[in-house]
Amino acid sequence: MKIKREDVLRVAELAHLSLDDAEIEMYARQLDSILSYVEKLNELDTSGVEPMAQVLASTDGEANPAAREDAARPDGAAREVLDRAPEAAPPYFRVPKVIER
Amino acid sequence: MIGNGKRWTVKEIRAALEAKQVSARELAIEHYARIERRNPELNAFLALSPERAYTQAERVDALVARGEPLPSLAGVPLAVKDVISTRGIRSTCGSRILEDYVPPYDATAVARLEAAGALILGKTNCDEFAMGSSNENSAFGPVRNPVAPDRVPGGSSGGSAAAVAAGLAVAALGTDTGGSIRQPGALCGIPAMMPSYGRVSRYGLIAFASSLDRIGPFASSVRDVAAVMQVLAGHDPADSTSAETPVPNYLAALDKPVTGLRIGIPRQYFGEGMDSGVRRSVEAAIERLKGLGCRPVELEMPHTDYAIATYYLIATAEASSNLARYDGVRYPLRVPAATLGEMYRDTRGRGFGAEVKRRIMLGTYALSAGYYEAYYLKAQKVRALIARDFAEAFEKADLIVTPTSPVPAFRLGERTADPLQMYLADIYTVTGSLAGVPGISVPCGKTSEGLPIGLQIFGPAFGEAQVMQLAHAFEQAAG
Repeated sequence: MKIKREDVLRVAELAHLSLDDAEIEMYARQLDSILSYVEKLNELDTSGVEPMAQVLASTDGEANPAAREDAARPDGAAREVLDRAPEAAPPYFRVPKVIER
Repeated sequence: MIGNGKRWTVKEIRAALEAKQVSARELAIEHYARIERRNPELNAFLALSPERAYTQAERVDALVARGEPLPSLAGVPLAVKDVISTRGIRSTCGSRILEDYVPPYDATAVARLEAAGALILGKTNCDEFAMGSSNENSAFGPVRNPVAPDRVPGGSSGGSAAAVAAGLAVAALGTDTGGSIRQPGALCGIPAMMPSYGRVSRYGLIAFASSLDRIGPFASSVRDVAAVMQVLAGHDPADSTSAETPVPNYLAALDKPVTGLRIGIPRQYFGEGMDSGVRRSVEAAIERLKGLGCRPVELEMPHTDYAIATYYLIATAEASSNLARYDGVRYPLRVPAATLGEMYRDTRGRGFGAEVKRRIMLGTYALSAGYYEAYYLKAQKVRALIARDFAEAFEKADLIVTPTSPVPAFRLGERTADPLQMYLADIYTVTGSLAGVPGISVPCGKTSEGLPIGLQIFGPAFGEAQVMQLAHAFEQAAG
């Protein structure tokens, strides 16, 4: 198996996901199966191929400039956004303390 | 006239409103009555918005009373997939992590539909964060296929497809990232359109994969799909990936004759793995297109077989980034904890379902240090090759025809054991998703068990008019 328990734990940490033991085992198996499948991309020679990072540049680059004018547009939404937060102390979101490791 | 389950079209509604045979309010009442009768079984709707719908109906009826001209979708009862933001109406994305989230604004697509007079009936069920092909990944229960209630409607826009197929809404919005509009359309037996990337604004669409997501319509006819597309399409400065490419008149193009159109048939889409009923039906559809005067052209699209691997690396990588924001800080679900880190982990652990976690982890892995080049970057390069396959194909053919789904609607629970098996059901749809081109699924027959089958028509980027023109001609010829 390509993917071991430590790999799942490392990825879960990066993704801020808490998983129980059964989940770790299940995801290890499933990720392994999927990652083995995607290996087939290595059958293709992609040297000299530019990654397709922008879609419109590829489909209609002429009508669609890659960048737009950098102009700020205030929309006054902050209040409404804070109203929906689990815990807010406007203009802040209130969260538990960060523990330094 | 209303109470017998009649399937209204946009044109019929307009004519009936103008002739004062029906009011927008009556249309709303009737469709809510149907929803009340059938939604407990189908689970297509997650939330209803009668206040909004009736207020809008009042506005439309006032225009009729004053003899004023009606906007293009006046009085049309519509449903909106729950990944699309609706001001004041709970929008959950089919997830516990947004179970109590009420957006403070409307998506541009919703605002445009409402400005065109449509009645927003409510929000439809979907696979969680649009991740799935069967609507079995919703935190709020699966959706059942109205044609066969022990079977899936397809996904991820299963609720929208089921709502239209069951006559609970005249049209509905779905979203398509790897097939999530087209495939449910095929499985439920209704026309379903995925526009070109950038054709419809994504402002207010809760993101899954930003370079792939598109909003598009379901309706009971291609004409109605075109009517909704006309309202949705166009540049939106609020979406930095919205296309400035001009929008043609889709309805005017619809009835143009299709004689002489070159229809590309890619060999790679007709290999193994297709249900025999699907194959028969799609082959018969191609014969019908030839009967209409279309010229078949054999095509090679050599990178087709790599599309699933490419898609499941790019889409999951983008998803891992887009879903990072659900951490208990800003959105309603927060699992209380002593430290910030624990709050993140527990909120996400509790709030996300298994498929979402799986994709987040796959995407995180593909982007992580040491693996980024081998996975994500490699996939982006293969994506360019897949896009090139389409560009080259469209030099030889005007449109490309394929099956939409290798299989008809499968039974609930049939494919949930192996995630990879579920992913492989997307083989015919993800290609066009990666290339940025538009595609429609139009019903082309049924299996011997009466399950709907869809024909997919791809067009070149921003070629929606011709895609719908061919789909309409095909639909009309079917009778």
